[in-house]
Amino acid sequence: MNFDPFVLPFFLGLLFMGAILIWKYIVWMETIPVSDRRIMLRNIFTVRSFRAFKEAVMEGLLHRRIFKINRMLGYMHASLATGWFLLIVIGTIESKYGHKDVFNMPWDPIFFNYFEPNKHGIEYGKFFVFTMDFLLMILLISVFLAVVKRFYSRLFGMKKTTKLMLPDRFALYSLWLIFPARLLAESLNAAHYGNGGFMTQPIGNLISSFLSLNEIIDLEYSMWWFYSIVLGAFFVSLPFSRYMHILTEIFLITFRNLGVEPAKNLKGYTRFEINSCSRCGICIDKCQLSSAAGINNVQPAYYIQSIRYNLPFDDRAYNCLLCGRCNTYCPVKIDVTNMRSITRKLANETVGFHYDYLPDYVKHDKTEVTNVLYFAGCMSHLTPSIPKAMEIIFDNAGITYDFIDRDGSICCGRPLMQSGLTNAAAELKNKLTKLIESKDSMILVTSCPICYKTFVDDYKLKMHVVHHTELIKILIENKRLNISGQNISITYHDPCELGRGCGEYENARLVLSKIGKLIPIEQEKEKALCCGGSMSNLKVQGAKRELIAADAVNQLNANNPDLIVTACPLCKKTMAKHADGKMMDIAEVVADALTSKDKENNYYIESLNFHNK
Amino acid sequence: MSPEFGFKINKSAQIDLDKADDSLYRKICSIEPSLKLCIFCGSCAATCSAGQFTSFSFRKISIDLRRGMIKDVKEDISKCMLCGKCILVCPRNVNTRHVLFHLKKHFDENEL
Repeated sequence: MNFDPFVLPFFLGLLFMGAILIWKYIVWMETIPVSDRRIMLRNIFTVRSFRAFKEAVMEGLLHRRIFKINRMLGYMHASLATGWFLLIVIGTIESKYGHKDVFNMPWDPIFFNYFEPNKHGIEYGKFFVFTMDFLLMILLISVFLAVVKRFYSRLFGMKKTTKLMLPDRFALYSLWLIFPARLLAESLNAAHYGNGGFMTQPIGNLISSFLSLNEIIDLEYSMWWFYSIVLGAFFVSLPFSRYMHILTEIFLITFRNLGVEPAKNLKGYTRFEINSCSRCGICIDKCQLSSAAGINNVQPAYYIQSIRYNLPFDDRAYNCLLCGRCNTYCPVKIDVTNMRSITRKLANETVGFHYDYLPDYVKHDKTEVTNVLYFAGCMSHLTPSIPKAMEIIFDNAGITYDFIDRDGSICCGRPLMQSGLTNAAAELKNKLTKLIESKDSMILVTSCPICYKTFVDDYKLKMHVVHHTELIKILIENKRLNISGQNISITYHDPCELGRGCGEYENARLVLSKIGKLIPIEQEKEKALCCGGSMSNLKVQGAKRELIAADAVNQLNANNPDLIVTACPLCKKTMAKHADGKMMDIAEVVADALTSKDKENNYYIESLNFHNK
Repeated sequence: MSPEFGFKINKSAQIDLDKADDSLYRKICSIEPSLKLCIFCGSCAATCSAGQFTSFSFRKISIDLRRGMIKDVKEDISKCMLCGKCILVCPRNVNTRHVLFHLKKHFDENEL
């Protein structure tokens, strides 16, 4: 057995890390519900396991998603993770091969060159020496990039990089030192024995040109000590720092691929999510509160950090639009929106509103049977042109409809739900369900994506729920509506709740492409911007909302379209004042483009065509 | 036997602003300073979803709060649906929902 006291810091650090990790993982796994565990067991011998393995390689090592977002950052992460992984693998093979002993000690691969400097008897010794040097070079480059990124994050296209906590700093500085320490130790070793690879040999020669052999031997020995100490320091700090993500991410990927859904509390799966966050900082730049309104301390990286270390939240849980852009961009695919809803719920369980004053809705025998029920929603009452346009569309298509909230709406309860007031939301839900079921129809059409999302997700309605974009698309496809194309360019703004919330991107685009020329923009579909008006944010001030709205309109206006069309009354209301009269809802656009209708309703597009002529 | 029989004097409806209890108003202002901007214009009252069914409105809450009529606020507050129409029509950019949320939280956590 090869042994020297300097292996102890490394070995003890490794043992400590292993013990803490095993303990943590067992505790968290315990809190995964039995039903989820059954699902995992059932799926473990299916193709899903291969998918999990593939994703673990693609994301845990190669970091493909980060590459897609930012190449420099992707290269840095990929080279560090893959490089280190290969260094460990090849080092292990080399040492086992070199000792002709499969069960050698865990420190043998790390300090192999100290114990076996001349590599007697290793076939392909040159191959190993070259590969280990090459991997070390790759790692040194990525550490160099990491250091540069920490101080000049703009070079990497990041406006902001994450602020670190004490354990993070400790781990980060030891990580920075690990590979330079290894390089020096290996080079001194090469100087001592007069061997080495393409990188360690020249450095070794350089060192031996001004140091005597005895000095080199002393220095080499202390360098191995230093290398072992920084490795140990990194291992000890790993379970308490952001580097916890390295191993936790693999668990998360496995769970997700085996069919576990995001949990409804902060235990089990969510615990793994929390610890998989590497605070890479991608969410900080992508969050519009940061990029447009200059609020830099509430982003998912910091929010998850507060949960993980039980720090006071301040406004990190509330100052969020729940637009879901961070979920789109998160390279680990953490469902932050879900996590925020959970925290809000836990904090506000005792807060209850009561709606006894709402009338009791009962079904009468004489209730008129109609094709559709139309529920405009609270926000549509602030933009009356949208319900009006919908009425024109219904009339034109010959649909009988019952405008159930013509005289004003009951809220669907989503704003309450997103503030964590579940009980109050359930009360509203019961009332509204009764109102809807007191009518006689098969289809419920709503103009508000917020209501739509709630109706689909939370209400168990016995009818088909559609947003008006879908209805219009169906009507046009069935030739119930005849629309004439116009010579105009249109940019479509995806509302958060309809797009990322319900995954409906194409209906509106299909409709709009029949009316004008649809111009794509950079930030659309899953990456769509938030209008800033979201009711999910209790905290943010009006002035900041305006900044977000103005910035969103600016980006939508990038190609200078004739019209900016959205499908959400709230988006329209929030952005219209910045849009120079270009902002319209899809219902209004369609109502304007109808071929057979009262001409007086055709106010906007005609005037536009007039100007163009 | 009815003790109600006879005449009685109504309790005074006069509000002495010098003696009004503005502790809650100040507490809420420290959480959401934009409440100070309210000019009681009534835009919120005109659009309020709960206002269709009751006398509730943000304007009423805001006035009662400033006059120290905390009991009235407490009675009214649970009617709010937090739907957010008031915030969109407010000409002074008062963060109404945040005020309402914290008022409700205040009453639920400290019994008066």
